[in-house]
Amino acid sequence: MRYVSQPVKKLDGMPIIKGKPLYTNDLAPNECLIVLALRSPYAYARIKSIDTSKAMLVKGVECVLTYKDVPHVRFTNAGQTYPECSAYDRLILDEYVRYVGDEVALVAANNEKAAQQALKMIKVEYEVLEPVLDYKKAVDNPTIVHNYDDYFMHIPSFNADNKRNIVVDGVEEHGDVEKEFAESEVIAEGEYEVQAQEQCMMESFRTYTYLDHMNRLVVVSSTQVPFHVRRSLARALQIPQSRIRVVKPRIGGGFGAKQTIVSEYYPAIVTLKTGKAAKMIYSRKETFSCSNSRHQMCIKVRVGADKEGNIHVIELDTLSNQGAYGEHGTTTIGLSGHKAIPLYNQARAHRFKYRGVYTNMMPAAAFRGYGATQGQFALESTVNKLAHMLNMDPLLLREKNMLRMGEIMPAYYNEPLNSSALDRCIQRGRDMIGWDEKYPCKEISPTKVRAVGMSISMQGSGISNVDTAGAEIKLNDDGFYTLKIGATDMGTGCDTSMTQIAAETLLADIDQFIVAGVDTDISPFDPGSYASSTTYVTGMAVYNAACDLKNKIITAGAKMMYPERFLDETDKVNPKKFYFDGSRVMEVSTGKTIALHDIAVHCAGTSDGNYLNGTGFYSSPVSPPPLMAGFVEIELDKETGKFDIVDYVGVVDCGTIINSNIVRGQTEGGICQGIGLAMYEDVQYDAKGRMMTDSFMQYKIPNRVDVKKIRVEFESSYEPTGPYGAKSIGEIVINTPGPAIAEAVYNACGVRVTSLPITPEKVKMGMMKNELEKRK
Amino acid sequence: MLVHIFINGEKRKVHCQPDAMLLEVLRDAGCKSVKCGCDTTNCGLCTVWLDGKPVLSCSVPAARVNERHVTTLEGIQDEAEAFGKYLVGEGAEQCGFCSPGLIMNVVAMKKELDHPTDDEIRHYLEGNLCRCTGYMGQMRAIRQYVDEEVEA
Amino acid sequence: MFTIREYAMPETLDEAYTILKSRKGNQILGGCAWLRLGKKRINIAVDLTKCGLDYIREDDEQIEIGAMTSYRSVETCDILKKYFNGVIADSVSSIIGTQFRNTVTVGGSVYGRFGFSDFLTPLLALDTSVVLYKRGSISLETFMTMPYEKEIIEKIVIKKDGRKSSYQMFRNSRGDFPILNLAASRTEAGQWIVTVGARGPKAIRAEKTAAFLSDKLSQNALKAEDVEAVIQEAGEILVSEVTFTSNMRASAEYRRILGKVLLGKAVREVMAC
Repeated sequence: MRYVSQPVKKLDGMPIIKGKPLYTNDLAPNECLIVLALRSPYAYARIKSIDTSKAMLVKGVECVLTYKDVPHVRFTNAGQTYPECSAYDRLILDEYVRYVGDEVALVAANNEKAAQQALKMIKVEYEVLEPVLDYKKAVDNPTIVHNYDDYFMHIPSFNADNKRNIVVDGVEEHGDVEKEFAESEVIAEGEYEVQAQEQCMMESFRTYTYLDHMNRLVVVSSTQVPFHVRRSLARALQIPQSRIRVVKPRIGGGFGAKQTIVSEYYPAIVTLKTGKAAKMIYSRKETFSCSNSRHQMCIKVRVGADKEGNIHVIELDTLSNQGAYGEHGTTTIGLSGHKAIPLYNQARAHRFKYRGVYTNMMPAAAFRGYGATQGQFALESTVNKLAHMLNMDPLLLREKNMLRMGEIMPAYYNEPLNSSALDRCIQRGRDMIGWDEKYPCKEISPTKVRAVGMSISMQGSGISNVDTAGAEIKLNDDGFYTLKIGATDMGTGCDTSMTQIAAETLLADIDQFIVAGVDTDISPFDPGSYASSTTYVTGMAVYNAACDLKNKIITAGAKMMYPERFLDETDKVNPKKFYFDGSRVMEVSTGKTIALHDIAVHCAGTSDGNYLNGTGFYSSPVSPPPLMAGFVEIELDKETGKFDIVDYVGVVDCGTIINSNIVRGQTEGGICQGIGLAMYEDVQYDAKGRMMTDSFMQYKIPNRVDVKKIRVEFESSYEPTGPYGAKSIGEIVINTPGPAIAEAVYNACGVRVTSLPITPEKVKMGMMKNELEKRK
Repeated sequence: MLVHIFINGEKRKVHCQPDAMLLEVLRDAGCKSVKCGCDTTNCGLCTVWLDGKPVLSCSVPAARVNERHVTTLEGIQDEAEAFGKYLVGEGAEQCGFCSPGLIMNVVAMKKELDHPTDDEIRHYLEGNLCRCTGYMGQMRAIRQYVDEEVEA
Repeated sequence: MFTIREYAMPETLDEAYTILKSRKGNQILGGCAWLRLGKKRINIAVDLTKCGLDYIREDDEQIEIGAMTSYRSVETCDILKKYFNGVIADSVSSIIGTQFRNTVTVGGSVYGRFGFSDFLTPLLALDTSVVLYKRGSISLETFMTMPYEKEIIEKIVIKKDGRKSSYQMFRNSRGDFPILNLAASRTEAGQWIVTVGARGPKAIRAEKTAAFLSDKLSQNALKAEDVEAVIQEAGEILVSEVTFTSNMRASAEYRRILGKVLLGKAVREVMAC
C-alpha cells in the first residue's frame, strides 16, 4: 500500500516545529477580557453571603459573577454523546462549593492584574460543612455531597442515588460463580489501589470566546470534544445550540482531560453578559487541582483456578472515587471490569461488582485507559500472584487462559474477538526482554538485583453502538481535495492518519489534500477524539467518504466521456467498465481516459456540473480490542528499595498499522505515562482536602533520565470491521506498566506492592516487614 | 518602565511593569513560540537564550535583560528546521507544545557539547518535560541531529 | 502573585546596599526562579547583575564564588571539579535542567537556606564561609542558623584545606527534590565532617557522628570489615543525633534508613580517595 502502514510525516509537523502561532492562546485577540475564578478554600461549604461591590470598583473590571448570575439548570461537563451517561449535577456557579478549588465567583477585567486585584476584593462568608474525604466511607455518610432534588440522571439502570453519595451501583454475573470458587483448587486474591493520576498535558485548559457579527457565540477552545462543548454550553447557558460555534485549533495534548468541558463555560458566560471577547487560561495549579483526573479506585479481586492453572472464575469488586462531580463516573468504572475480565476468557464464570461514590475531592473524569488501567492493574497483579502460587511461569499461565480469536467474550457485551495476535505479542516480548534467561531475577552485586515482570492488556476501539462519526471529502475545482472530519487531532496525528486513509482509497497523493480544522459550523459531526475511537470509527467514516467520492468521480468522468449517450447509472461505477486510478478515469474497453483535473474543472464550472463531495458515516456494533503484552526489566537496590527501569518492551496488536510513526509514538508515550503511574505520580491531599501535589514541582511526571529505554514492536492482525484492518492504539498503551513493574519488584525482593505508585519507601518497608516475619 | 531588548537581533523598545517576566514580554512582542507550561520552573517550555545561553524566560525579570540579547525560536528558524526535520521524521513532535523549548535547548546543546553521549544528552535536556512522546522519538531525532556532519 | 513597584540595577554594592536599606519592602533579587511562587510585595527590587558578582576564582588559600554566579557555571567550572573530589560541581548538576541552572544563582540559594538544597549540604561539610557586604565573613554553619536579614551576600569562600569529600543524595524521580542528602569530608589529619540535608528543616552538621568517625577511622591500616563495623555504628549515632521529619515525600522512619545508607556510601567513597 502507498500510504497505509507507512511512516508518513505529520502534515503540520514543520509549522509546529517552527513555533508558528497555532494554539488557542496564540490566536486569541489582544482585547480579550481576562477571566479568573475565585476558588473555594474549603472542601465543602455553603456561600452564606458574597459581596462583589468592592471588586467591581477595581479599575479595569468589567464584571463579577456569582451563583446568582447563572442559569439554574443542571448539566454535566462530561464530553459524552447525548443522552450522557453522567449525572446532571453541575451549575456554572453554585451556592455550594464541593471541593477545594471549586468555583465561587468569576471576575473579568481588561488586564490580569486588575482581575487578580478584584479576586482579592470579593468578600465571601462561608458556612463551612463537614467534607467526605475518605471514599471508603462515602456511602450513607451524614454528609451528602449533592443534597438537592433537581439531580438528574438519564439512565436509571446506573442506580445513581445522590442522597446516598452513590454515583453508580451494580453487579453483573455470568455462570455459577459460587460453585466455581467452591471447586477451585487455588484461589488468588488481593485488594489493589490506583491513584487519581493527573493527565498533565503540557497545554493547560484554555478557551476564548466572542460574539460574531450575527451575535452568535464563538468558542475557540483547546478541546477534544467540540460538538459536546456546543451541546453542553447550550444547556448550561440556556441558549440554542444554533447560536454557538465551537472551533478547535491545535491542541497541546489532552489525554482525556479535555474530554471534559472545563474552561469553556466561564469566558462564554462573560462574553454573553458583557458582549465582549473573553479568555480564560488555566494556570498549572488550576489544571492540577481544579479540573479532573483519573478515578482513584480500590479493586478487590479473586481468581479461582485448578492446579493445572486453568482459571475457572474471576470476581472483581470496584469502588471508585468520583470526587465532587459525576463526570464520566458511571462509564469509567464499567471498564475496570469489562476490559479486565475478558483477558481470561476461558473462565467459566465471573462476577463484577461496582460502586462509584461522591466525595469532596477534585472530580475524576477521563484519562487514557479510562478505568481499564485500574482494573487491569488489579487483575493482572492477581494473575501474576496466581502464577507464583501455582509455581508456574506467568507466560504459560496466560497462554492457557487468555482470550482467543473467534471467541465470544461474555464479560465484554458478548462481542466476538475477530482479530488477535496476542500470542505473537507475548512471544515477541519474551524474546526481546530475554525472559527465559532473566525470569525471575538475578543478583548482580551484594546490594543490587535485576528482575523481570510482565502483563497483558486490552482496550476497545470506540464505543460500540454509540459513537457515530462523519467525514466529508470535497473535490475542489483544481483537482485537490479537502478532508473534513470532526475528530480532534491533539498531537495524536489523526489529521494525518485520516488523510492517509483518504489518499489510499482515492489513490491520490497525500499532498493533494488539505485537512480542515474542526469547526462545528462546518465539520461533519463526530463525538470527538476519545475512547480510542478515531482511527477505527472516524477512520471508517473517512474510508466510506472516500469510496463515495471515488464513485462520484467515476460517474462524472463517464458522463463527460459520453454526454450524449445514455448510460446506466450502475455501469458508471462498474469497475469492469470504468475505473479511477487516482489521476484519471478510464474506460476499460476502449482505454479512453479523462483526467481528474478536467473532471474537477468541469464539475465546478459548467451548467451540468455537479460539485463533487463524498460523504461517509460510521457507527460500529462492536468495539474490537487491540491487545498488548508489556515486559519490564528493573534493577533494584536492596538497601533503599529504589529501582530503575533497565528496559521496557511493549508489543502491540493494533490490527493494521495506519501510520507506523504515529503508533510508535503513541505506544512509547503511553508506556511512559504508565511508568509515571507505576513509579512516581503520587497524588496527595492534606487533612482538610487540599491537594498538595498541585504543580510539576510536587507532582513528578517522568523525565528523560527516569525513562531511558522503551522498546516497542507490533504484531499485526487484521480486524475485518476496521479501516484497512486497523484497530485502536491510543489508550491500551498505558495499561501494562503498573502490573508489570509491580511483578518485577516482587520478583526482585519478594514485596508485592498493591497500591500505586510503587515508591522506594513502600518497597523497603515491605522488605523489612518480610524480614521480621521470617525471623518470627 | 522602559527596557531595550535585542530580540532576535533587533533592538526593541519594551514598555513593561517592573515585575514583568521575560516570558510575557516576549509573547507580547509577538514571539508566540514561547510557551508557559508550569509556573514552577520545572517544565522547560519557556526556554529562550539569554546572551546565547538557554534560560527559563518565566524566571528572568524583563528589566534584567535591558540591553542584552534574547533569542527565541522565531530567531533561529533555520536551525529549527535543521533539527526539526528529524523530529518530524520520527513523528516526535506530537502535540508540539513543548517543542519550542526543547528545540532551543537542543540547538544550544549542539553548540556547547561536542559529540555528546546519550547520557550527556539526557542530562543536558533533563529540564525539558514532555508528556506525549515518552522521550524515545525525541532522543532518536536528537541523536541524528547531533551526529550529522557539519557541512563545510 | 508577587509584585515589584520599582526595579533598580545598581552598579556597585555600595549603591545596592543603600537602596536596599532605604525603605522597608526593598529586596535583593537572586536568580528569581521561585520569585513567582511567592506573594511578596517588593517595593524596590535590587538586581545585582551589574555589580560584578559572577565569578569563580581561586588563590593559594581558597576558592571564591560570587553571589550572582549561576549553578550552571558552578557545574561546569574546572576549578570546582578539581577540588574536594568535585562535589561542589556535582551537587548542583542534577537539579531540574540546564536552563534552570543557567537561571538560578549561588547567592539566591545560599540566602534561601532551603532545607532540600543540594548545594548547601556539601558546602556545609567543607570550611565554607559566606561573605556579607556589611557584616563581612561568617561561617556557613553560623549563617544557616541566622534569621533572614537585609544584607547582601557578596560571595562564598571555601578554604582549600585538602579535604576529601563525598556528596550523596537520594531522589526517586530525577526531577524531584532529594528525599535525603548527606555529605562527608575528611581532612588529611583525619578530621571528619558529616552533614545531612532534606531531612525536614535546614541542613545541619552531625557532630557526634563526625567525632566518632574521626576517632575510629584515624588508624591507617583498617581492614575493610573494620570500616564496615564503624560505618554501622556511625549510622546508629547519626539517626540518634539528627532529627528526621516526615513530609509528603517520605516518612521520618524511611529517612532514617536512608541516612544510614547514604552515610555508608559517603564514608566508603571518602576512604577510597
